[in-house]
Amino acid sequence: MTEILQVVFDALSLGSLYALGALGIALIFGVMRLVNFAHGDTMAFCVFAMLWPSVDAAAIVFAGNLPAWLLIPFILAVGAGLSVLSEIIVFRRFRNTNPATMMIASFALGFVIRYFLLMLYSSRPKSIDLWSNLGLPVEILGARIPLLQVITIVTAIAILIALTFFLKRTRFGLEMRAAAENFTMARMLGVRANRVIMLAFALSGMLAAAVALILVTQTGTADIQMGGNIMLIAFIATVIGGLGSLPGAVFAGFLIGAIATVMQVVLPPEARPFRDAFVYAAVIATLIWRPNGIFMPKSAKQRV
Amino acid sequence: MAERASILSRTIATPVILGLLLTAIALLALLMGSGPFNQTIIDIFIRVILVVGLYIFIGNSGVISFGHIGFTCLGAYMTAWLTIPPPMKKMALPGLPGFVLEAKLPFWVGVPAAAIFAALIAFFFGKILMRLSGIAASIATFAMLALINQIYSNWEDVTGATSSVVGIPINRSIWPYFVATLVAVAIGYAYSISRSGLALRAARDEATAAAASGVDIPKERLRAFVISAFVMGGGGALYAHSVGVVTPDTFYLGLTFISLSMLVVGGMGSLSGAVIGVVLLSTIIQILRLFEKGVALGDTVLTIPNGVQEIAIGVIMIVILMRRPAGLIGNREVGWKGFRKA
Repeated sequence: MTEILQVVFDALSLGSLYALGALGIALIFGVMRLVNFAHGDTMAFCVFAMLWPSVDAAAIVFAGNLPAWLLIPFILAVGAGLSVLSEIIVFRRFRNTNPATMMIASFALGFVIRYFLLMLYSSRPKSIDLWSNLGLPVEILGARIPLLQVITIVTAIAILIALTFFLKRTRFGLEMRAAAENFTMARMLGVRANRVIMLAFALSGMLAAAVALILVTQTGTADIQMGGNIMLIAFIATVIGGLGSLPGAVFAGFLIGAIATVMQVVLPPEARPFRDAFVYAAVIATLIWRPNGIFMPKSAKQRV
Repeated sequence: MAERASILSRTIATPVILGLLLTAIALLALLMGSGPFNQTIIDIFIRVILVVGLYIFIGNSGVISFGHIGFTCLGAYMTAWLTIPPPMKKMALPGLPGFVLEAKLPFWVGVPAAAIFAALIAFFFGKILMRLSGIAASIATFAMLALINQIYSNWEDVTGATSSVVGIPINRSIWPYFVATLVAVAIGYAYSISRSGLALRAARDEATAAAASGVDIPKERLRAFVISAFVMGGGGALYAHSVGVVTPDTFYLGLTFISLSMLVVGGMGSLSGAVIGVVLLSTIIQILRLFEKGVALGDTVLTIPNGVQEIAIGVIMIVILMRRPAGLIGNREVGWKGFRKA
């Protein structure tokens, strides 16, 4: 029983991370059909914003020394700021091009951000000690769960509830949902395109920052590549969930987290290093079964 | 009206001109003598092969693939398995099947074998993936790249996991690479003027109309996918022989990015664009690398920090995409009299 509970918590905390990542991708895709490859590098940027630039192996913690109630808003602001900045400088000029061109432009932007970090901090991973006491286990129903996992899950659920409230109950949220449904029509009915898109970027940047904070507390290292893997899973989650569908992205994020955790348990030990390969294979299989994702939004249906 | 060139001479104009460009580069290497410059030219040739491989699929089908570098990885490891001297193989990669462990093939067998292996795997993946289109297809190819990378970084006794596989016979002469590049360009051109290539380009521009006219889109895409994987696999094998060392992470996001950007900068829909993009960006990269090492200007040594090279490439790419979304050449190909519409 306790073992099952442990697996459930593992699955939920991994799934939360993937779901938050996927939501950051899906929000932007919804309003401007952009698959944002710079998302993972935004995460890495948020982590490095805590450090003072140096190419030494030891990290010089700078902003990371702030108390948590200041540090968290600061990192969220960094994420939102970088994301909005990339909209203003780069993506705004690509608004009328096809999705493939935008996708490659975001790929290039991510590359620029990553090598900017490399220039300032070198490519060596640095260890950074942020709230390491959160790794201590707590007892829940007899199972020993690391406190960080509990916090990750609670944070993710809180963010999801807040975002749902924002999208369903506020004017901005209504505008964003309208824009995701049919952007041209929404504009004609008085939705300000720039404002909605910038808001989507700001939210997405904050989600990236939240993922970055969880990730760096979990691993205790800052690496310029740290966002890459989670971004890849997040893409896959958005596609499996149905591109443009926010609940779909979240659901698929949790689903992939669950599959990965369960595989870790049930796979024979010699196959465990290949866990991720099995996950990717499962993804390809899902796409064959439902090429448009599990929840296909109406707006994505191709009209011939 | 001026006399027009014959159909034959117009048809072969593009590959011949591109071949001449490549010959000029090879001669340049010869004039400079051997040494580091030689290696640079070999690098350029390999990049041309990889980008032409990408062009065959991406250019003709319009589907962005992030997975093709996976085939390069397959090719590089295949030739490593076949050509590393048996005693070294038994030490480093004991999990290989017996007949491979005993084999000591020359590199001109290893490279085609690698290309065929990559094409076979591509046929298998393509059967599944080519039913998807648009962004779903792009993400699925990304999943394929990650899948291949995960397997090759973890299969300890067959691929050496993340550690380098050493002992691949190194070939420093530029000629094998030059010939292979010409072959790749010829394959790329032959495919794009073939029946299948035309059908696929029609499907790229007007999917509905093409399908209504009897183009079996998944089938044509699969053909392009397999042929491009053949070229990519061969390119990977040649890469392995040019440096003698392979690791799985050589063939991951970094190489994917740089080869995609070369294709996009030159013009995704054009073979000439692919070749010109490589030559142009490679030149810029070389100049920036020179500065990263430090250039003496009078008494002061001018050095730029590491990473500037990649940042510059990224910025150049973004700017070109902003100004010319279809790349520098667009959809045109080189002909005897400047560029013409393909």
